[in-house]
Amino acid sequence: MRSGDALLDHLFRRAGFGANAADLQAVAGMSYPAAVDYFVDFEKQPDDVDSKIGSPDYVSITTRGQFSPNTNIEDARQRWLFRMVHTRRPLQEKMALFWHNHFGIGYSKVAGAVGAVVGTKMMANKAGDLAGPQGHSGLLRQYALGKFRDLLIEVAKDPAMIVFLDGRTNTKAKPQENFGREVMELFTWGLGHYVESDVYAAARVFTGWNLRNVPGANANDPASYQEFLYNGAQHDTTAKTFTFPINGGANTIPARTAAAGMQDGIDFLTSLANHPETGRRLARKLWNYFVSDLEVPDPAFVEGVTNVYIQGDTDMRAVLRYILRSVWFTNTGNFNARYAWPAEFVARTIKEMGWTGFSVDTARTPLTNMGQTLFEPPNVAGWQLGRAWFGTGAMLARMNFAASVASNQKFNLARSFSATDRAQPDRVLNAMLQRLTPSAFSTSESNELIAYLNAGGPWTGSDTQMNAKAPGLARLVAGSGQYQFV
Amino acid sequence: MNVTRRDFIRDGVAAFTLSFAAPAFLADIARAQGVLSRNLVVIYLAGGNDALNTLVPYTDPFYYSRRPAIAVPAGQVLQIGSDASGKALGLHPRLAGLQTIFNQGRLAIVQRAGYANSSRSHFQGTDIWGTADPNNTAGLGWLGRYLDSIPPPMDPLSGWNTSGATYRALTGLTVSVPSITDPANYSFASPNTGAEAINERNSAIRIASSAGPDRPHLAFVNTSAMEAFATLDRVGSVVGYQSSVTYPNNGFAAALKTVAGSMVKGVGTRVYWVQTGGFDTHSGQGNAGGGGYATLMSTLGDGVLAFYNDLQNQGLLGSTLMVQFSEFGRRISENGSQGTDHGAASVMMAIGGGVRGGLYGTAASLDPNPSNPTLENAGSDVSYETDFRSVYAKVLDGWLGTDSSAILGGNFRAGAPAII
Repeated sequence: MRSGDALLDHLFRRAGFGANAADLQAVAGMSYPAAVDYFVDFEKQPDDVDSKIGSPDYVSITTRGQFSPNTNIEDARQRWLFRMVHTRRPLQEKMALFWHNHFGIGYSKVAGAVGAVVGTKMMANKAGDLAGPQGHSGLLRQYALGKFRDLLIEVAKDPAMIVFLDGRTNTKAKPQENFGREVMELFTWGLGHYVESDVYAAARVFTGWNLRNVPGANANDPASYQEFLYNGAQHDTTAKTFTFPINGGANTIPARTAAAGMQDGIDFLTSLANHPETGRRLARKLWNYFVSDLEVPDPAFVEGVTNVYIQGDTDMRAVLRYILRSVWFTNTGNFNARYAWPAEFVARTIKEMGWTGFSVDTARTPLTNMGQTLFEPPNVAGWQLGRAWFGTGAMLARMNFAASVASNQKFNLARSFSATDRAQPDRVLNAMLQRLTPSAFSTSESNELIAYLNAGGPWTGSDTQMNAKAPGLARLVAGSGQYQFV
Repeated sequence: MNVTRRDFIRDGVAAFTLSFAAPAFLADIARAQGVLSRNLVVIYLAGGNDALNTLVPYTDPFYYSRRPAIAVPAGQVLQIGSDASGKALGLHPRLAGLQTIFNQGRLAIVQRAGYANSSRSHFQGTDIWGTADPNNTAGLGWLGRYLDSIPPPMDPLSGWNTSGATYRALTGLTVSVPSITDPANYSFASPNTGAEAINERNSAIRIASSAGPDRPHLAFVNTSAMEAFATLDRVGSVVGYQSSVTYPNNGFAAALKTVAGSMVKGVGTRVYWVQTGGFDTHSGQGNAGGGGYATLMSTLGDGVLAFYNDLQNQGLLGSTLMVQFSEFGRRISENGSQGTDHGAASVMMAIGGGVRGGLYGTAASLDPNPSNPTLENAGSDVSYETDFRSVYAKVLDGWLGTDSSAILGGNFRAGAPAII
């Protein structure tokens, strides 16, 4: 819903998943910079969202037997959607989604290798819930606004990543290039800054980065897990030479003993993370995520972000504070200038239309039809963004999801209008546009919406009429092109 | 409202989309637009297909020495003869379906298809195969440009992407290829029923048709909505298609069955995109019977054979051409994970009633000697021999009846294998 301040609404759409009344209450009376700090310094808000799952005032989940978000991927998806709708730390959730797209790990391959229970734990085990390390998504939340270098190193050791990019079989006798290539092409500085020989050398750097299996009673035992293990016996101890400097020095990682060889990978990842080209690549992706994907990144923005990134020792919190306060972010021309990701569209539709008696499980199949299955990006490069979200079938899935929520919330929507508002169709429309937050409709488009309210018989504002027209109007607004932008 | 054929031709798609039901004549128009009512089904093997285990050079000793764990034993390949250089070749044992088609003379295999300085990146590689320009990974796609070239009125179903993802190959300037994974999900939902639902659908169509070029991004989104409205009924007609054969139970075969159904129902689609993934076989490839690659091969071979037989039974084989590609081939030597890393040239296939079957091009020698001219990257990878754009040119000129030079931005006919 709208706050009355377009800039604050913009902040909620971009740094969060839209706003409901409770969200607006939390920032009431704050200046804009204070509101940015509210988002960026998210640790000041409690991380209690998961404890609300199952409570009556929140969106529902669907249980099949026991709700098992650490060991059942469908339940893990429900938990993530629940968090998007109700978190009190929206930017943390928003950055977790950004990093999920950045690192592109898909559950299917992981589960295919280690089974559904251990695979789900690798993706989604919440720290402390079950034995073993926290899952990939927990890592993304923990380092959401931490130092990128730390995140990169943690992800390189992340069991999900080691399975996903075949680190388990990267040995000194037969180096395996999958991670060594993608860490340069996709996770850090991108194509154009390395050659094939660097890929071979990078593969050797990570030889021996492996996993230790801690089996439970059987493959379905929730106590089973795998954790990172550096196996010096499988590490290539010879020197590795690159076409670029390592840690600002020579182009070579020196020969090291097997016991000390893990430092090769740390040096290599540190060099990549600290490089300005990595800052630029992240800056371009952050532009598209936070500022605009209609316009190409402004070079001044890219350099500004890169400077903050380097001066802050790869600290993403400083980067995000800079971006959200910047002239590019606050420029009204960039409001509604990004194509909404399916997860954003779904979370915002629920937040704005209502959730009492609605289960996030209902959103799982539509999300797949819209092209975004959480924990299942199409490949390691993540999802194709922007216009690529809007295939015909995907847009139909969005319209139909709007219909599904509107249908479910039919009576809540019908009862939400004051007696004054329901007296006239144009007031009904205005109230609906305060509740839902599409970009502007033209006069003729608004007239079409009013024509819809008047279609089929004279306007009376009766309960019967509101029961049909309120959800119909909500579906038209949330299923419109205008609503597909954030 | 009723739209007559004359209204439609006069006012084009905008008038047509105001009606609910797609007029049956649209498919007739689509058919009439082409030289012939020919279909192209592009099959993409996502992840970089290991061509050497698809088409096995089972007499090359280096094939066995460089792939001790994953080579297909010579005794298990499905022999299909020798190529022009006299090298004996055989299909992976799980490709019995393709062997059947080969033996009917309707499978053409183009060896070592690719381009110079092959990208080892999935994403750059896929874009290059999409734009048909190794120097440009950001332009329009070759299939999108072809669909753009079809005379108006533009039919929003002229292309059909059966996968949920978007591919550069299908990106056109005026044509937006719909992504329709499951026709059964392709319907209009409303919180209301009866006349109220119709009011709502009317309003949705009018609102979606109102954005002009002054709001290009909104218009783009609205176009996808309009195309959904305009194609609902035709796509819906494919639901419940009774095929003449039983298709395997997997996503690839289901997509092919949908394609066959839409051809039988005459929806008018010219270009279909079907894909099957999992070809990024860095580990656990296996050799003949087991491992991940065997599963990939049976998915491919069994699915294509079911589709081929279905089309033959429906009398549509003669009007259908399947063309298979992948973004790159893989390293010759296996890695330590019983898999293979990213390589260079791969294999293309063409299948259909108009195909001149056989083996095209010559197999590489897998001798790792760096001076071996059929390899590159110090003997690591197979070098390309046939420019993939010459295959595209053959398809455009010889099958779709258009001018490949205009579509591909140059004349790539030289060296094109005579696959059709």
